[in-house]
Amino acid sequence: MDFDLSEEQSILKDALDRLLADKYGFEERNRILKSDAGWSAAIWRHYAEMGLMALPFAEEDGGIGGGAVESMIVMESLGRVLALEPYFATVILGGGFLRLGGSTEQRAEWVPQIAEGALKLAFAHTERDARFDLNHVETTARKDGGSYVLSGAKSVVLHGDCADRLVVTARTAGGPREEGGVGVFLVDANADGVSRRGYATQDGLRAAEITLDAVEVPAETVFGDPENGLPLVRHVVDQAIAALCAEAVGVMSAMHALTVDYMKVRKQFGVPIGSFQALQHKAVDMFVALEQARSMTMFATMMADETDAAERARAMHAAKAEIGRGGRLTGENAVQIHGGVGMTMEYAVGHYFKRMTMIDVAFGNSDHHLRQLARAGGLFADTAA
Amino acid sequence: MDLRYTDEEIAFREEVRAFFRDKLPADIREKMVDAEHVGKDDFVRWTRVLNEKGWAVPHWPVEHGGTGWGPMKQYIYLEELQKFPAPQPLAFGVNMVGPVIYTFGNDDQKDRFLPRIANLDDWWCQGFSEPGSGSDLASLKTRAVREADHYIVNGQKTWTTLAQYADWIFCLVRTDPAAKKQQGISFLLIDMTSPGIEVRPIVTIDGGREINEVFLTDVRVPVENLVGEENKGWDYAKFLLGNERTNIARIGVSKQRVARIRELAAKEMSSGRPLIEDERFREKLASIEIDLKALEMTQLRVIAADAKRGDTGRPDPASSILKIKGSEIQQATTHLLMEVMGPYAAPYLPEGDDRWNEPSNVPDYARFAAPSYFNNRKVSIYGGSNEIQKNIIAKAVLGL
Repeated sequence: MDFDLSEEQSILKDALDRLLADKYGFEERNRILKSDAGWSAAIWRHYAEMGLMALPFAEEDGGIGGGAVESMIVMESLGRVLALEPYFATVILGGGFLRLGGSTEQRAEWVPQIAEGALKLAFAHTERDARFDLNHVETTARKDGGSYVLSGAKSVVLHGDCADRLVVTARTAGGPREEGGVGVFLVDANADGVSRRGYATQDGLRAAEITLDAVEVPAETVFGDPENGLPLVRHVVDQAIAALCAEAVGVMSAMHALTVDYMKVRKQFGVPIGSFQALQHKAVDMFVALEQARSMTMFATMMADETDAAERARAMHAAKAEIGRGGRLTGENAVQIHGGVGMTMEYAVGHYFKRMTMIDVAFGNSDHHLRQLARAGGLFADTAA
Repeated sequence: MDLRYTDEEIAFREEVRAFFRDKLPADIREKMVDAEHVGKDDFVRWTRVLNEKGWAVPHWPVEHGGTGWGPMKQYIYLEELQKFPAPQPLAFGVNMVGPVIYTFGNDDQKDRFLPRIANLDDWWCQGFSEPGSGSDLASLKTRAVREADHYIVNGQKTWTTLAQYADWIFCLVRTDPAAKKQQGISFLLIDMTSPGIEVRPIVTIDGGREINEVFLTDVRVPVENLVGEENKGWDYAKFLLGNERTNIARIGVSKQRVARIRELAAKEMSSGRPLIEDERFREKLASIEIDLKALEMTQLRVIAADAKRGDTGRPDPASSILKIKGSEIQQATTHLLMEVMGPYAAPYLPEGDDRWNEPSNVPDYARFAAPSYFNNRKVSIYGGSNEIQKNIIAKAVLGL
């Protein structure tokens, strides 16, 4: 086994970390956060120039041919600075549908645009009563000649406010919770019948509530089988979970480093607070959670390309559950150890805590994934494993 | 990054499994399944089977009987041993005093002791802790005074595991009371048949007779039984406590227990159906499995780093969490296994008694569930309590 990065991967990581160190100081991030768009088009162009957008796509499609490990590297680094750009929404989520479900023509049309930073995507899936269930889709797609007509409402669509195209799930058949009958469509975000209300999320990212009112889309915008798109959705979301876990490791490692540094300089009773055993043990608990999260992220990354969907899902349930509980422990302790300053908008640690908290509620929180894993028979059901 | 086992490692795992299937006596395996309660004879019998195969001390240098396996193969072997489950060769010999002797001992000591450790001809116990020296081990008071070609040893050791079987004890003794506390300590090998040694059992809360007090009164120890240099014993003790990175988490033990929980929860009924179908129970088990999987990956990270760097350098910082998480998970699994038994966790059958009054509804597998839970409280106490581990991480890893 080899847990180390290859030379090329190390070069990628170093280059990205250098760029982010230069562009993503806390003050600069605050400025971006308060801008109208809520993210930086200039930094977005830097990502594209570095090849980050092209990274996970196949070379024949105009990509660089990176895999889950490369995405892990990027997401962890973006997490460490709380980057605000729609990278995850566009490249990991939206791009995931192209990679795993796109036809040759679709990939030829869209991948080069993503690679050069000209196309932003968002995954419009969650609905009012769905909570974390991927199969719960009430939005309808009615076949009409060579087109589909989409109607419904989608919630908390990450970066749905700025996306050029939306990956929309809608039912071509079946009841709201059936496995079959879900289609996946690539929809022009400015098409007739699409209305969007954008807003900021708790962690400073952007999202949108989206209404689809008889939106007509050509049949060739469907990813894969319009009658059976849910396996594709599950695969893309599993890979997205692995990437989110990596982002969470970046967030957790930054919180931990900030906290330990603060413990060394903050003095009370004439000594650094890091000399107090009660706080030392909290900091160690954070360290343990961080290393366990890192390990679980590596496991999730390894399993992201697993073709056995049930095996892959169990790994992601386990990883997301671990990240959720470890992240909460880390975030809450980071704020606690900082004391009053940890409560302020002016200081970085609270921003990390908020992002960590929102990562938990994206694509299923810790409880959800624990329940799913338990229902699936657990992780070590095969005693030979 | 490539987290797959190689074909060679997979084949090796199969080879190890096949060997255990063929060679581990069924009665020993049966005793191991619900409790690690095997007697001295069982240990000796099994160790000799392993030693004949050349697998009793795989991690030792080849010239002393080791296999030359790298860290990953050693880990696979241990995990399979624990999962099977088969008894692990006695740690006090093969993991503790053996490595100290081949690293710091002289040639006479190596020739005399190492082959007998590998074959379990000598049963070793550990004389470190004292009544007044627990976590603060360096405060130990047992005194050794040089008189011509002997040390005269006086003092008391405690928590001495399986001393009742022991032929030898390795002891930390104070040879220079004037020196700073870590610097006046020496590492002595003492024959348990020496006059002046008395072993008294301490019964633990599970009813077990695993640990003892060892009293040393004017015990004469030949100077050739000093390991390394006088007053350098603390260095050897730190080496002994620090050189175990492949097994401290005991992943295989917890995997075996998780499998056993699943198996027995399918037999025990709750609300009219097998307990394993109870959603809350399944979530508790899944929760432990998640922790265990994360720890397994952490363990593999540490091993891969060891393999790459050679086993001698500074360990990966992640290795420091193995003891803490490993012990927490062992404790969680023993607790959940006890929960599986429901009311049948309660009946107590003392050791030596071999069955319940007939007829009985008490399932045999329930017998050790509560004792095993009680007994496993020790794993966050011994080898440096988890709180001490946290102090060490705070200082050594976080720089606090």
